[in-house]
Amino acid sequence: MTQKTTRMKLVLEDGTEMLGTAFGQPDAVFGEVVFNTAMTGYIETLTDPSYRGQILVSTYPLVGNYGVPAPRKAGAMDRPYESDRIQVQGLVVQNYVDAHSHHLSTRSLSDWLASERIPAITGIDTRTLTRRLREHGTMQGWLYPEEMGLDEAKKKARAIEMHDEVFRSVSPSEPIHYKGGDLRILVVDAGVKDNIVRCLLERGASVIRAPYHARLAELALGADGILIGNGPGDPKDLKPLIDQVRMLLGSYRRPIFGVCLGNQILALAAGGDTYKLPYGHRGVNQPVQDLLTRRCYVTSQNHGYAVKDDALPADWEPWFININDGTNEGVRSRLKPFFSVQFHPEASPGPRDASYLFDDYLRTVGAMARS
Amino acid sequence: MYGAYLPKKPKRTLVLGSGALQIGQAGEFDYSGSQCIKALREEGVQTVLINPNIATIQTSAGLADKIHLTAVTPDFVEKILVKEEVDSICLSFGGQTALNCGLELEAAGIFSKYGVRVLGTPVQAIRDTEDRELFIKRLDQIGVKTARSRACNNMEEARAAAREIGFPLMLRGGFALGGKGSGIVETEAYFEAALTRAFDGGISQVLVEESLRGWKEIEYEVVRDGRDNCITVCNMENFDPMGIHTGESIVVAPSQTLDDDEYQMLRSIAIKTVRHIGIVGECNIQYALDPKSRDYRVIEINARLSRSSALASKATGYPLAYVAAKIAVGYTLPEIANAITRRTTAFFEPALDYLVCKVPRWDLGKFRGASMRIGSEMKSVGEVMSIGRTFPEVLQKALRMLDIGVKGLDPDAFKFEDIKDELKNATDRRVFAVATALRDGMSVDELHDLTRIDPWFLESLVPVVRMHEGLKAMSMPLPRETLVEAKQLGFSDRMIGKLTSAPRGSIRSLRQEHQILPHVAQIDTLAAEFPAETNYLYSSYHATVDDVAPSWRKKIMVLGSGAYRIGSSVEFDWCCVNAIQAASELGYETIMLNYNPETVSTDYDMCDKLIFDEISFETVMDVYEREQPLGIVVSMGGQVPNNLALKLHQAGVRILGTSGESIDKAEDRKKFSALLDELGIDQPRWTHLTSVSDADRIVSHLGGFPVLVRPSYVLSGAAMSVAHEPHELQRILDRARGVSSVHPVVVSKFEVNAREIEIDAVADAGELVLYAISEHIEDAGVHSGDATLMLPPQTLYVSTINRVKKIAAAVAKSLHITGPFNMQFLAKMGDVKVIECNLRASRSFPFVSKVTGTNYVAEAMRRMLGVRRPVENRSLDLDYVGIKAPMFSFSRLVGADPMLGVEMASTGEVGCFGDDQHEALLHALIATGFRLPKKGVLLSTGPKKDKYAFADEVRVITDDLLLPIYATPGTADALSELGIPCTRLEKGVGGDHAVKVIEEGKVDLVINIPVEYDEQGRPDGYLIRRRAVDSGIPLLTDLQLARAVIEALRHKKRSDLKVIAYDEFLARANGK
Repeated sequence: MTQKTTRMKLVLEDGTEMLGTAFGQPDAVFGEVVFNTAMTGYIETLTDPSYRGQILVSTYPLVGNYGVPAPRKAGAMDRPYESDRIQVQGLVVQNYVDAHSHHLSTRSLSDWLASERIPAITGIDTRTLTRRLREHGTMQGWLYPEEMGLDEAKKKARAIEMHDEVFRSVSPSEPIHYKGGDLRILVVDAGVKDNIVRCLLERGASVIRAPYHARLAELALGADGILIGNGPGDPKDLKPLIDQVRMLLGSYRRPIFGVCLGNQILALAAGGDTYKLPYGHRGVNQPVQDLLTRRCYVTSQNHGYAVKDDALPADWEPWFININDGTNEGVRSRLKPFFSVQFHPEASPGPRDASYLFDDYLRTVGAMARS
Repeated sequence: MYGAYLPKKPKRTLVLGSGALQIGQAGEFDYSGSQCIKALREEGVQTVLINPNIATIQTSAGLADKIHLTAVTPDFVEKILVKEEVDSICLSFGGQTALNCGLELEAAGIFSKYGVRVLGTPVQAIRDTEDRELFIKRLDQIGVKTARSRACNNMEEARAAAREIGFPLMLRGGFALGGKGSGIVETEAYFEAALTRAFDGGISQVLVEESLRGWKEIEYEVVRDGRDNCITVCNMENFDPMGIHTGESIVVAPSQTLDDDEYQMLRSIAIKTVRHIGIVGECNIQYALDPKSRDYRVIEINARLSRSSALASKATGYPLAYVAAKIAVGYTLPEIANAITRRTTAFFEPALDYLVCKVPRWDLGKFRGASMRIGSEMKSVGEVMSIGRTFPEVLQKALRMLDIGVKGLDPDAFKFEDIKDELKNATDRRVFAVATALRDGMSVDELHDLTRIDPWFLESLVPVVRMHEGLKAMSMPLPRETLVEAKQLGFSDRMIGKLTSAPRGSIRSLRQEHQILPHVAQIDTLAAEFPAETNYLYSSYHATVDDVAPSWRKKIMVLGSGAYRIGSSVEFDWCCVNAIQAASELGYETIMLNYNPETVSTDYDMCDKLIFDEISFETVMDVYEREQPLGIVVSMGGQVPNNLALKLHQAGVRILGTSGESIDKAEDRKKFSALLDELGIDQPRWTHLTSVSDADRIVSHLGGFPVLVRPSYVLSGAAMSVAHEPHELQRILDRARGVSSVHPVVVSKFEVNAREIEIDAVADAGELVLYAISEHIEDAGVHSGDATLMLPPQTLYVSTINRVKKIAAAVAKSLHITGPFNMQFLAKMGDVKVIECNLRASRSFPFVSKVTGTNYVAEAMRRMLGVRRPVENRSLDLDYVGIKAPMFSFSRLVGADPMLGVEMASTGEVGCFGDDQHEALLHALIATGFRLPKKGVLLSTGPKKDKYAFADEVRVITDDLLLPIYATPGTADALSELGIPCTRLEKGVGGDHAVKVIEEGKVDLVINIPVEYDEQGRPDGYLIRRRAVDSGIPLLTDLQLARAVIEALRHKKRSDLKVIAYDEFLARANGK
């Protein structure tokens, strides 16, 4: 380990205490504790804005193996980073691996975390912790240096307000334009992953990446399609956005595609409902089925809320379901080219089985733009 | 939902097995075949199984509807598919043997002729993956990269390809299992030699490929159903990079050094490729990945269940073979339930929250002359798998599991004369050389340069070596933190004790005092995301809570056999599984402890609780104390658990059946010998030798040479040798003393020209309950594992049989045996002497159980649990004959002398039936790859008397079989003296001429009876034997076996051999 060992503690709201060793920056933080079952992809995951405000637990016991590549330059969108900074509040692992090895690696995970002042803890039996979270549902937790003591940690812990601040902190203040091909896609950003933008650009589209609070109806006039991206938090906290989208559903004649949070926003805007899952889906092995074709895909997921199938309005229908637990994984309008998925077709991290959805979407956008 | 796309469900399916275990094709196919049959049964599909491997679970009652213990060759398979009226066939569950056989049958139009449908992956897809040229073409079509490669049909083409690609390059044979005939070639001279070997070895095509040495080697297991749903169940990374065959590599799952982009890139290519080729079921895809970029090559695809898929199944808990079988009959992945969670489906990709490590087990020391180097050809005979949460933890566990006398990653375990050479040119000990180098201060960079092993793995070992050295400087009592850290790094109590000079047992008590205990965790396929009721468990010192609590039921625990090795393989797994089943039928909860991923006993649906962990005193005690079973079964898993018996007994563990003291009495030669003397039972004269200077005196006391030298606690004749003269004895002693210091060396009189007899028996409180007497075809002196057994005996006197039975009964009584036991005897001129006694199930238990139709293991288990049911002993009055024949893998062991002796060398066995000895023998030999001669016989009988003793058989060859004889000079002289015509071969330098006859294909049977003395063997005899093996020509090296074979050939032609199902034979035994 690069720094001297500091004892760290993780305390859950039910009183569970777990003791380990610090890596990264030994600070106190507070957040919802969630687990992810992926075996690779910690760089993508840590920078995924959907994790904003959360303390992330890795069920895979070894983390840090392939180090971290050089930081990207300002304004760049290089892989494997999904945003400009580490988004999680803290990281919990069983065994942190400092001696990393990879041809792209220039620094250790701990050094990277420390450079962004993110605390992390190793030496935690994350399987046992995960079982607890599964049985109780996700809980709030405090991660702090042991010597600080819980009371002081509760006072000092950095936290993110999860109803408003969380969205503002992950979306741009002004629309950003990415020059690409002829088709123009308006990406609604409430914490969208860079790879969604990359997936569109790679397929020859131009992208207008607008914050969720921008005037979407105006921007939509200059776009051939809209993509409502992923993001953190409870979708119902984005009421203004839902209202804006509801207007668009009435007036917009081009395709709208939703991803993750976008799925929930579309469903809510259409008159549907969402609810909180007991412990969410976070991993890269989530099986979904297309209800029309019966084809199955392994997908990357990260969401704590889901769309209620039985509360959809009559002109909307479920599109995908999760094979494991039967929850909704996508909806679509029966009448208009509006559709969305709960999983992440852009992957990163995770399997790329569903990337065809971007092709399908842009094909539809192209066809409608020409007509 | 069934039948969404399949026109009709099969009614009766033929499943091809893999035959005898051999290097490159081992117990994993018992696992995959059994799973397949189980899955088909659930669907109401009748199954007919062909597999001559009698020691398998799949050939046991309760699985297949019909079993044929017959060679998996096109002619027999055709006969059987006609006889059994099957409508379909499964080719992908019996390894390369089944696949190749299926391809041949398809090419011959047999399937279309009889309207037999191939289930699962279509034959064309199999061809696309098996034929290199087609394979490369198919992958090219979708832009998937393969190694630059040229298929060459002769030396000229190969040379041209070498010029084009440039050295170093990879040379490999197509259509081969386990990379046979492949290797990295750096120079032109070696290239020529390797080519000669390949083309002479019967390989019609070699591939000259770019060398990817040093690239990462990665595998994915892929499943695809008929509706094109496709998943990768698991990926694996080799610790040893490209250049070392994956079967020879230490392997971890999941991959450790790939970032997500690489992981997903290779996963996507796997799925794309599998869809393009059209696999329906399971396959594996191997990659080389450049450690310095994202460049990759697809190395190969196995369009069938494989060793890797068995490993992946055990590593993830995803039952690949079972799912593949369901797909074969038409199910789609989301229609198949996840057997572990029972609430999710088979369409998902397991998330592991642990890692596994596989380490191959070699037995190269067992083969005279064999090279210790490992490379692109497979030589290992078994493997172990360990489960834990860090690489040091799993590696140290796995190295102990190998049971090669090391206590983990011990840098002091071996002395290396030239460590750099050892690191650069890998042998079976390379991982220890890495530890030694680290101990001696070599940097990770330099180690990486020498080994090409990824620095991640090397760095992970640094703390182990550091702890190892640190502990040496410490003494008891150890601080708690140090002990915790050492246990988390995978150190055993014994290793910690040894390094800190702690008294025996004190580490264990210190651990208990500090409450440092391993906790059990479930293998649940979903990293705890969903609740699982699985009974598949491992233990780790990184776990802080037990996932499951012990039940309150009455339970027993069975210790498994550990790694397959020469002398201990699938037969002991059969014993364990049958013991479990018998106990389960009696209402006991069963706990299985084993760590061999190739086994059926480690299928989590075989027992109530599967603990995939070490079989060591430490682990057994940990489990015993937590689970508190009524008792432990040590007598079913061969020598590994048997060796623990006394220690466990002394620690207060209840051993079921025969007591630990009795086991010790049979194992300890001195005690056992005294017992025999007391009972008035004869034994070969023997004595302990502790000092080399005593050798002369002792030999004369024993009655002169030859003498047999061996250490005690012996299995499969480890380090046993015969000395015929003083110098040879000296050499053996020099070697043996290094092997064993605790146990003295035993020297006994070696009897020649004696018959060898075995009894397999079950006793209850000292009373004989069941017994079966088998006779060896070979004379005594050939290890019983390499001998050909006949049951019932065909040539023994009734008086001998009675004497054998009486001795067994007397020994059972005096040792108060309850459970299985086996004894071996010598019979010579009416005398019967005891040579060995094991108070455990033996290698031949499955054989005698199946031949007699009485399950000896189940009966033994019942007796051990105090259940007495009436049994009928029926082993002498059978009107058919069962023959068990050994399978050798000499062709894979470059340089090894294919000679039989007191050291066991076979890697597997078959058991076949016939109306008489001749029919059974031919069936058995054909099942081990023997081809009946059609061209000519090369004869070379070393010992003078044998030259004459074999005269009658030679006349049969010339007069009845009408085959020409080629004889080496001495043999030719003897034959012409007897008036038998033969072609005399000139002596020539190094026996060139005999070798030439083989090379020119004039002979298709070689009978070479070696001169017994001189341990180096006669150079020309060695060359003849080796050339025969390298050319794939049947070789007989035992006089008695050669006689039996010639006699059988006189009686039967191949076309005379009938195919009769196992149950038809048994029905005869039961009076029709």
